Amino acid sequence: MNLTLKVWRQRGPSDAGHFEAYDAPGITEDMSFLEMLDVVNEQLIHSGREAIAFDHDCREGICGSCGMVINGKPHGPKKLTTTCQLHMRNFRDGDSITVEPWRAAAFPVVKDLVVDRRPFDAIIQAGGWITAPTGGAQDANLTPIPKAVADQAFDAAACIGCGACVAACPNGAAQLFTSAKAAHLNLLPQGQPERWSRVTAMVDRMEEYFGSCTNYGECQQACPKGISIDFIAMMNRDYLKAQFKDRKRLVGASDLAGDGAG
Amino acid sequence: MSSMPGRAGAGPVAPVHQKGPRRFWIQQFYGSALGKKAVMALTGIIGLGFVFMHMAGNLKIYTGENADGVKHIDEYGEWLRTLLEPAVPHTGTLWLLRGILIIAVLLHIHAAITLSMINRRARPTGYKGGRTYGLGGTYVARSMRITGILVAAFIVFHLFDLTWGPANPDFERGQVFHNVTSSLDRWWVAGIYIVGNLALGLHLWHGVWSLFQSLGLNNPRFNTWRRGLAWGFTVLVVGANLTFPIAILSGAV
Amino acid sequence: MTLDAKIPPGPIQEKWDNHRFNTKLVAPQNRRKFDVIVVGSGLAGASAGATLGELGYNVKVFCFQDSPRRAHSIAAQGGINAAKNYKNDGDSVYRLFYDTIKGGDYRSREANVYRLAQISTSIIDQCVAQGVPFAREYGGLLDNRSFGGTQVSRTFYARGQTGQQLELGAYQALMRQVELGTVELHSRHEMLEIVVEDGKAAGIIVRDLITGELTRHSAHAVVLATGGYGNVFFLSTQAKGCNTTAIWRAHRKGAYFANPCYTQIHPTCIPVSGDHQSKLTLMSESLRNDGRVWVPVKPDDRRKPGDIPAAERDYYLERRYPAFANLVPRDVASRAAKERVDAGYGVGELKNGVYLDFGDAIHRLGRTVVEQRYGNLFDMYANIAGEDPYESPMRIYPAVHYTMGGLWVDYNLMSNLPGLFVVGEANFSDHGANRLGASALMQGLADGYFVLPATISGWLADQLNQPAPSTTSDAFNEAADAVAERINTLLTVNGTRTVDSFHRELGQTLWDNCGMARNAASLSDARKKISELREEYWSDVRVLGDGQSLNQSLEKAGRVADFFELGELLCQDALHREESCGGHFREEHQTPDGEAKRDDDNFAYVAAWEFQGTGSKAKLNKEDLEFEYAHPSQRSYK
Repeated sequence: MNLTLKVWRQRGPSDAGHFEAYDAPGITEDMSFLEMLDVVNEQLIHSGREAIAFDHDCREGICGSCGMVINGKPHGPKKLTTTCQLHMRNFRDGDSITVEPWRAAAFPVVKDLVVDRRPFDAIIQAGGWITAPTGGAQDANLTPIPKAVADQAFDAAACIGCGACVAACPNGAAQLFTSAKAAHLNLLPQGQPERWSRVTAMVDRMEEYFGSCTNYGECQQACPKGISIDFIAMMNRDYLKAQFKDRKRLVGASDLAGDGAG
Repeated sequence: MSSMPGRAGAGPVAPVHQKGPRRFWIQQFYGSALGKKAVMALTGIIGLGFVFMHMAGNLKIYTGENADGVKHIDEYGEWLRTLLEPAVPHTGTLWLLRGILIIAVLLHIHAAITLSMINRRARPTGYKGGRTYGLGGTYVARSMRITGILVAAFIVFHLFDLTWGPANPDFERGQVFHNVTSSLDRWWVAGIYIVGNLALGLHLWHGVWSLFQSLGLNNPRFNTWRRGLAWGFTVLVVGANLTFPIAILSGAV
Repeated sequence: MTLDAKIPPGPIQEKWDNHRFNTKLVAPQNRRKFDVIVVGSGLAGASAGATLGELGYNVKVFCFQDSPRRAHSIAAQGGINAAKNYKNDGDSVYRLFYDTIKGGDYRSREANVYRLAQISTSIIDQCVAQGVPFAREYGGLLDNRSFGGTQVSRTFYARGQTGQQLELGAYQALMRQVELGTVELHSRHEMLEIVVEDGKAAGIIVRDLITGELTRHSAHAVVLATGGYGNVFFLSTQAKGCNTTAIWRAHRKGAYFANPCYTQIHPTCIPVSGDHQSKLTLMSESLRNDGRVWVPVKPDDRRKPGDIPAAERDYYLERRYPAFANLVPRDVASRAAKERVDAGYGVGELKNGVYLDFGDAIHRLGRTVVEQRYGNLFDMYANIAGEDPYESPMRIYPAVHYTMGGLWVDYNLMSNLPGLFVVGEANFSDHGANRLGASALMQGLADGYFVLPATISGWLADQLNQPAPSTTSDAFNEAADAVAERINTLLTVNGTRTVDSFHRELGQTLWDNCGMARNAASLSDARKKISELREEYWSDVRVLGDGQSLNQSLEKAGRVADFFELGELLCQDALHREESCGGHFREEHQTPDGEAKRDDDNFAYVAAWEFQGTGSKAKLNKEDLEFEYAHPSQRSYK
């Protein structure tokens, strides 16, 4: 099939950026969207123009590197599918496809379709962990965990950190990402000791970079892993409860980290 | 770009929401966006209680008058002013309720405005190639600001019309039935009431569902009921409210 | 030269305990005086970084991805082995040790493998404590499944995303240390050179992939956790960014490269669909638990699979290997598939695959159970292949997946370059000539969480109160200049061919000649061809853009340049190893019924190659392998 692409080109963070149109002839339906971009890039290089920069790595839908807004939808038209797993059989001959990077203040454009997603790392850093130093663990079967709980924790833990939720959110909010990690750990028995400090630290860090949730549900629709906004509700509840759980005065993120080190 | 020690995620990204130094917990709490959302939900619940009672009270328009020829709704209005008398002075309870309501509305609006400002900073650039949003519910959700403003404007008009009177030439203090029927008899006023209530409906429909989310009152067992509750509540309140202008305009009352 | 692996004396069961006791320690208050560099943030790198940080060392972690969580360990699907014997089916540390040695075709080091089996149980404990959501039974205890090459159920799993969950566990532990300030994280930074001073590893030169800036970092120890080199074949199951640059740069600076020809071809991948193919997708080996592999009895059978009656299906694994049947080790399963396809029995449009059929499993277990076990894999298959695997069998074919070879390390995981440690897939240590399924995650985490943190103190203790090397020394200056010059050269060749076109050609050459089956003539040809291609590359590659900003073409160009040199070594090693073992199958050395034929008398050694200059043949050093406990026998899965 033959396609026309309208791709966002931006030389660097300070460049204004603009769309450029390219022909993509001879695309087969077995190609992934990224393989289609590979083909376009080979043509661009042959004609002396720089290749379109885009993040990608595993191309199996699990590393979370890839992500672009395709025809107005994060990761494109197919639900529950990352850009790398979007195959061209989802498009038709003659289609015109618009491709643009994630848009959020927390994700500034680095180049073309590449954005900086490090605020996600900052959220995990704040509390998206269980303090379990190497070597101190008990036998793995000592604490039975109901299958239903383990399964639900897994549903939350399936997040790949691609940022589609933020890209989809008109508020540039990261609630789905943050709540997925908070729920994963807060549902499990191992996560209970730090449950309240975790949710407080993660939410506080999140709010430094991201907008707030107004319950649009766009994130859930864009999420390639089908993470549910139920986890956002759970995070909200935990955050409210945390206000009353700590008999000590509420501590900041740095104090929390100190607790762990002790 | 090199990473800042101790903050892998900092990079060149400027925070959108600067929180001040540690403060009294309630300030701290309201200082967070999640706290603001919780406040919106709680004040929203107060608002829901109000609109429900308001609707229920107004139904007395249809019930006629007592043996003394006093309209039931006027009687009801007087009862509100004498509530809990003589333990509290005349109109004392009413003013207490009004006070709670006013504070709730102001907090609701304040939280909405400050959250909107944060959100605008968090997403300064839109999609240049357009963005295809999901359908249905999310459209209503995304129009909460618009419906909120419409509802606020409607409330102001409503106060001028039926509480204070300047918007109604035939206004007579304390004569609720007379004021309502004389005002809503004007087609354009009835129109404002209809539009205002439809906006209220959209606002309620998302708000009722959404407040469970904001407060984390969420469990897969009853999540499916939340939409139903939102529909039921909205249809009941707005449906009843819409009958008033229609009934008056059509001369049924 | 014969290499000393520094294997501790004593019975194999006691070696690790004794060694830990005999290894010098660094006291807690002294640890902050030591700088340690960790390159790579996969299972091995992230777990090492986190654990070293917890211990109190000053750690710097580098990864080329935008977040350390994205390292390719995240894509591992099936599971992780551990000798817990929770299933009471006869498993033990000794059995895991024995299975691993046998599975590796008696080409791995006994002491390392035994240690790996011992540590395996602690890994599961550690990961559960971190909150890794392993699959559980209704009673709340951990579930297990079986994997190829074993007769027990010892594989722990988290749906089909075990690697993701383990990687996130290690990443989270790492990020906790970043928050605490013990680990300094540098994402989107690529190591382009190692600095060797006075014969010791002194630091690295890295490029900031966003600004192009070259920075110098010195440390008391450098740890490479940069994964395998399967992408030398262009098409592999690895992530697009996986590369050999870090270990190849170390090799050029004197570190020995061991057993490069041991490359694992995974039997269950989705077949190539056309010339545009950019990578291959693995379908977890766990699928072979319930899937049956077959091809039509008649060659060129163009009927739909459902229309072919049972009598006209050749379940060739069950036919050839009745004892292990569909669960034979990867190398055996791969070669058997190649044999059928080469003989003209292949299925699919391009006749380049075999069927993996779940019809029986769906009939026996019901669709729901199959969906629970493999749902995400089935979805992935449907997405890529455009066929519904619940309705018609999957088409699969082997693809390059893992590389057992890597930098040579001793028992302490230190390379022959003092101060340079290598962990995870980047080293050669534990899998011999073939890795068993679900053992890569085990090895990466064993190295990172438990082995390296215990052995590194022995190296560091002797350097107490010595500052980390200066980054303005001649050695650093030379290394930084060399990197800058290489980048400049790549940017100024301005030839006619793209980096990818070279890489594809290199990969095809290797796959055809040094893939699942190899012979002397084709290996010699391939080596010559690769060396010519390398020369053409440096005179005709086209890399646009500049070096001062994000330039993905430039990143690729540097990596592919190193792949050429590695490709030559791969052929040299494969050519010299005149036997068949594990993933290395020499057509000249097979039994009459087509099985691999080892030569224990002449090749029971690790080939550790020493760099002699670009284009020159590497020099062979040997580490003899002794088998005191698991005695070599002809592997049989019949």
